[in-house]
Amino acid sequence: MSMATQVSRRSFLIGSASAIGGLSLGFHVPFAEAAAAKNAAEVNAWVVIQPDDQVIIRIARSEMGQGTLTGLAQLVAEELECDWAKVTTEYPTPGQNLARDRVWGNFSTGGSRGIRESHEYVRKGGATAREMLITAAANEWKVPPSECVAANSVITHQPSGRKVSFGKVATAAAKVTPPKEVTLKDPKNWKIAGKPLARLDTADKLTGKQIYGTDLKLPGMLNATVRACPYFGGKVKSFDASSVSKMPGVRKVMQIDDTTLAVVADTWWQAKTAMDALTIVWDEGPNTAVSSESIAEMLKGGLDAKDAFVQTTVGDAPGALTGAKKTISAVYAYPYQNHATMEPMNATARYTPQKCEVWVPTQNGEASLAAAAEAAGLPVQQCEVYKLHLGGGFGRRGNFQDYVRQSVLIAKQMPGTPIKMIWTREEDMLHGAYHPTTQCKLTAALDDDGNVTAMHMRISGQSILAAVRPEGMQGGKDPAVFQGLNLTGDEGHIGYTIPNLLIDHAMRNPPVPPGFWRGVNLNQNAFYLESFIEELAHAAGVDPLAFRRKLLKNHPKHLAALEAAAKGIGWDTPAPKGVGRGLAQIMGFGSYVAAAAEVSVTDGQMKIHRIVAATDAGHVVNPAQVERQVEGSFVYGLSAALFGECTMQGGRMVEDNFHTYQVMRMAEMPKVDTHIVPSGGFWGGVGEPTIAVAAPAVMNALFAATGKRIRTLPLKKQSLA
Amino acid sequence: MARLTINGTVRDIDVDPNTPLLWVLREQAGLTGSKYGCGVAQCGACTVHIDGNPVRSCVLPVSALSAEQQITTIEGLSKDGSHPLQRAWLKLDVPQCGYCQSGMIMAAAGLLKKNPKPSDADIDAEITNICRCGTYNRVREAIKLAASGLPAKQST
Repeated sequence: MSMATQVSRRSFLIGSASAIGGLSLGFHVPFAEAAAAKNAAEVNAWVVIQPDDQVIIRIARSEMGQGTLTGLAQLVAEELECDWAKVTTEYPTPGQNLARDRVWGNFSTGGSRGIRESHEYVRKGGATAREMLITAAANEWKVPPSECVAANSVITHQPSGRKVSFGKVATAAAKVTPPKEVTLKDPKNWKIAGKPLARLDTADKLTGKQIYGTDLKLPGMLNATVRACPYFGGKVKSFDASSVSKMPGVRKVMQIDDTTLAVVADTWWQAKTAMDALTIVWDEGPNTAVSSESIAEMLKGGLDAKDAFVQTTVGDAPGALTGAKKTISAVYAYPYQNHATMEPMNATARYTPQKCEVWVPTQNGEASLAAAAEAAGLPVQQCEVYKLHLGGGFGRRGNFQDYVRQSVLIAKQMPGTPIKMIWTREEDMLHGAYHPTTQCKLTAALDDDGNVTAMHMRISGQSILAAVRPEGMQGGKDPAVFQGLNLTGDEGHIGYTIPNLLIDHAMRNPPVPPGFWRGVNLNQNAFYLESFIEELAHAAGVDPLAFRRKLLKNHPKHLAALEAAAKGIGWDTPAPKGVGRGLAQIMGFGSYVAAAAEVSVTDGQMKIHRIVAATDAGHVVNPAQVERQVEGSFVYGLSAALFGECTMQGGRMVEDNFHTYQVMRMAEMPKVDTHIVPSGGFWGGVGEPTIAVAAPAVMNALFAATGKRIRTLPLKKQSLA
Repeated sequence: MARLTINGTVRDIDVDPNTPLLWVLREQAGLTGSKYGCGVAQCGACTVHIDGNPVRSCVLPVSALSAEQQITTIEGLSKDGSHPLQRAWLKLDVPQCGYCQSGMIMAAAGLLKKNPKPSDADIDAEITNICRCGTYNRVREAIKLAASGLPAKQST
């Protein structure tokens, strides 16, 4: 390690120790204090080792339940050759990342990218640290490093049998010049990675000890809640602070921007009580005539519109469809959804004219830091963000940092006082970054032998990128709209070979803020495509599996996942009486996934008996966590398919809590059988893709059971009687 | 002022009597294991026991409680995480984000108290808490594991 790096490492340790000095007793310090106190040595950015052999692995991505903390630690530990029982983890802060030339890379945790994007450099981090430890031991023994090996946190000089533990050489290792190149292990030789190890973060979640953003307590802290104008495009017209300023505990009633009011009080309950009593007049803005019905009409206009952004094109689909003898056409629709994380949006901020600090459960610490700096009006170097464990993320806490901005604007009006701001559930439901609504018209031609000779898939609806990441647009086109429908690429390529294929998008952007919702556009697209493919199979009079086999012949990975799910459900044997079976497959987020479902309907009520899922993520870092992600994907996907809908009325959302925004509970949860079928050679994501196959597999099974084709979600709006 | 018995300790707490128990636990008693999820008794993240019965503390004003009533939170379910449900949860590695899990465990503990061997239908009827990560099947397994009797010592 160079002198410069050592110096920065030292100042970094000092800096981080002082930065967390303000935390109250009992709060689990996320970084470095414990390490500094115990003379721990930072071997490199990823690996800190204490004299007692405890290994602290740094994790840049955020843990929100998906298990990335454990999986990334496994990858580092695998190459480090450390004792897994001695591993703990910590988050570096976004400010430290900035100060150290982003040594930990990207903090953004979304798009199922935690492992698939960083596996190589975190493994190199572990391997580099291992080589430095070995070199330090070899130097001490005055033997060539090549004669030494590391295993289970112990370095052995093979010719002499001398041994030393990592903790004894860590300080010396930190001074070793890191090797320029390291060789990573072949995954088939993994001992820690690839294994179904228990999560590292479970115990505290069973006793109430785990601290989430809402649980944070800082000395002298006050509490706040906000109310933003519920009408999209509206703002605050007037409010009467005097109506609540004398209420118990109230410290300040404030307007923080055009749209948002805040109450700061001694306790959150006092702040919330005062906010409920506050007289507010909203300027409802320009969108009060907008409703779900008007949005549906707007999207309908896009289904046959002349102009559309073309993404996927093979042959001449319009020409082939015009000349076809037999065509089939159907229109599908998918409504707005809210992320509805169990922990409502929150952030705690402390502002002084010299420094702004934010404690926040965030999927993207660096985006939180940028939002804090902007709201504080301070250089980013004078701001810091401390990441807290997330009570769910699902895409709401990544790109969108509205809660960080608000918390800083509140803190700015009371300099020096840390203020914890928590949204009510109602605030959370009414100010989402909504899974956008789209509709889809699919038209296909079948020849006399039941071959699909042409297909046109027209998506009409809202673009996420146009609203939130315009720099990702390509000449006005939003490429993310076509997730799963591209001809090539990791983010989702279509498995079906159709000689004349056209997939295009008529962009229609209603005045509702859209966002990345776990699974993103793959969810809508898979529902459309996989439902319609079954419609074609039925029109051709061919078994849906056989029909897909033929179309997937050029894409063996898509087909293999589908075959695994079909085999698991027993596709080749008859279903129990009254039970229908359905299939779906898709590729997205770098992985190939499929599902097979069994459902029945009694007295107009659908019951999902069983789901078999298959996932090919290439390499699997922790199969136990993959299983949990797959199971959880059905809860998320089916909550939306069965119940989920955010309804616009008068320019605002109607559903404001779980009594109207119903989600899946225990009683609706089917058995899920997960088949992990890794084919190796690539790194796919697992947090999201399976969500997309949940709805079509179940709706196809419902069709098999009842003959009723569901083309508009959620199911609760359809009669099955 | 409210006199409450929380996890076996009697406490006098200076608070508006209309304040829901959840917020007294979290803000005055410093017990943040019980979570705020909805505020309308829908999600169950705030579940605690009153005299052994699971209740949703986000809608229960402290004025409705007397000092004689025993309030048990996740922090008081066991001293050291050794309640059979906590051990079953650990063994099956149930939580994902974990935010709903205090409430899940307290709801399950209430169920097992009155029904030591619950059927699937009993679990469906009694465990109505919301989990957005999707741990339901493992929650169910863990309840059954705890009900079936675990070894006295933790085995993971």
